[in-house]
Amino acid sequence: MSKIDFSAYPDEHGRFGNYGGSYVAETLMAPLAELTEAYLRLRQDPDFIAELDRDLKYYVGRPSPVYYAERLSQHVGGARILLKREDLNHTGAHKINNTIGQALVARRMGKPRIIAETGAGQHGVASATVAARFGLKCVVYMGAVDIERQKINVYRMKLLGADVVPVTSGSKTLKDALNEAMRDWVTNVADTFYIIGTVAGPHPYPLMVRDFNAIVGREAREQVQEQFGRLPDVITACVGGGSNAIGLFHAFLNDEGVRIVGAEAAGEGIATGHHAASLAAGRPGVLHGNRTYVLCDDNGQITETHSVSAGLDYPGVGPEHAFLKDAGRAEYVGVTDDEALEAFHLLARTEGILAALESSHAVAQAIKLAREYPKDGLVLCNLSGRGDKDVHTIAAREGVQV
Amino acid sequence: MSRIDRRFAKLKSEGRTGLIPFVTAGDPSPQHAVPLMHALVDAGADVIELGVPFSDPMADGPVIQHASERAIAKGVGLGDVLGWVAQFRQRDADTPIVLMGYLNPIEIHGYQRFATEAVQAGVDGVLVVDCPLEESAVLEPLRQAGLQQILLAAPTTAPLRMVQLCGSAQGFLYYVSFAGITGAARLSTSDIATRVADIRSKSKAPVAVGFGVRDAQSAKAIAGFADAVVIGSALVERLAGAEGVDDVTARAKDFLAPIRAALDAH
Repeated sequence: MSKIDFSAYPDEHGRFGNYGGSYVAETLMAPLAELTEAYLRLRQDPDFIAELDRDLKYYVGRPSPVYYAERLSQHVGGARILLKREDLNHTGAHKINNTIGQALVARRMGKPRIIAETGAGQHGVASATVAARFGLKCVVYMGAVDIERQKINVYRMKLLGADVVPVTSGSKTLKDALNEAMRDWVTNVADTFYIIGTVAGPHPYPLMVRDFNAIVGREAREQVQEQFGRLPDVITACVGGGSNAIGLFHAFLNDEGVRIVGAEAAGEGIATGHHAASLAAGRPGVLHGNRTYVLCDDNGQITETHSVSAGLDYPGVGPEHAFLKDAGRAEYVGVTDDEALEAFHLLARTEGILAALESSHAVAQAIKLAREYPKDGLVLCNLSGRGDKDVHTIAAREGVQV
Repeated sequence: MSRIDRRFAKLKSEGRTGLIPFVTAGDPSPQHAVPLMHALVDAGADVIELGVPFSDPMADGPVIQHASERAIAKGVGLGDVLGWVAQFRQRDADTPIVLMGYLNPIEIHGYQRFATEAVQAGVDGVLVVDCPLEESAVLEPLRQAGLQQILLAAPTTAPLRMVQLCGSAQGFLYYVSFAGITGAARLSTSDIATRVADIRSKSKAPVAVGFGVRDAQSAKAIAGFADAVVIGSALVERLAGAEGVDDVTARAKDFLAPIRAALDAH
């Protein structure tokens, strides 16, 4: 088989092999074409790139460090575990890499109003943050169930000046919030920019969101070489929609010697059916504007998902991950709620870091991988967000009154 | 000549504007799906648009979303919808049926299998909301089997693209009267008239106008310049909660009768 150049995807139609594309209603074809045209121009515009870099440095606080988790590694007794500290970004997660980029695109396109969907509220907070930073009006769609689960983030968005609109259709969670944001966009395309929070949606979103998060892997690739004189043996990240994962993976895709493992939410176990592992347990289908792996029944109805972490609770996944899976370039495995929680506690006690529940899935996977490699091995894990937002969820689950 | 083409040729020769009601298959109740279709025809439907329920109907407003949810909750799937079309065909060989929905249920059913079964059941056309022209290579087995792919055109459609759509149109071209979701209430008749006139000058296929048509008055306003009027959300809303076959069919007839009359009086 001839070698695949992974940096060459997507093609001009937004396709990653059989996945991706633009599966949207006719009304959205023109705004998507306008966005694609603007973004393809801006991604090569030195002024735009300089503006983005300035904000990433002085506002977000980049670069984030790669930290050798020595006590965690010793406790596990395997290879060295390195953490890419995206939790140290402004707003506490990788999400802002994307929202700052898209807000700058919105501003350049002359759109005064931004809309976003959110599940756990992290992308909503990151969108409300950049809206305030750039003086844009912001409306965030959030499932009514998620609003109940994530009250602190809802209040945070309101403090930042955003309107939070509850979505009561369907399962009242992230996928329905995405549908509703898409409906708003269809209706208000003239003045509105839709900031999608993950590498899903129609072209150019999977490309654009990946580009804005790819700084994670670019930095980490240099930082690991600088500190350890070589590339890592294996890299891992959690995968819901997959934006932090593709952010870490992208710079390494053409490094044949680097193994890539995505950790999906196996919830209560894949066999129970209560999970959100679209790649490990789903099938190719079409959802939210792109062809990808989805969780659905035999009638093609998208099924409800379960994960202890709201940010991984999504029945689809970015099309580039679907492509990487089929191409055999990346492996995707399930990590259960219990495994993630165990990793959360272990990291807290050995390193003094409270990881987000999403990121705890990646930590759990990094621990498993570390056991497979010798002591001088290098396992790089994306610590995509901090866990302060999850303290109440964890306490409630463990029967603790806070 | 397809059933859809024959129907539009007949409308043209009679100088009438077509009436295309949309109902979500299986709503308000699966057991009355077939009688409801016959009632639509009795009330003057020229083509029936049958919505295939989908869990994530991105382009639909709350009325059709909820109808979809109710149908899914009662277990309605693509197989049921095809079964109802086949039953309907036992008594009605002439009224064209267009299935309207989203791609995933067809993809999961299998394109080839769907094409064969839909033609066997007596389906004439398929309108896949989230499958624009650029992605419609996947629907090739459907076209091969003889199903007409109904395309959407929108106010946002750029001029060059409109020429492409008009060139590829089969059966009829469905003009979405405003940039928004189904069931919203914003219509500027003169804008629509200008756009539809432009489309009709480019397209061999007849033009049906939908999204936002609610009653006899709005339907009549459009009858002046369109080949057909699609009416969906307002009808679905009227049918919601109907109980028993008589109630379902009576509501459909009461709702459509004044619209039919207004179109014919035009």
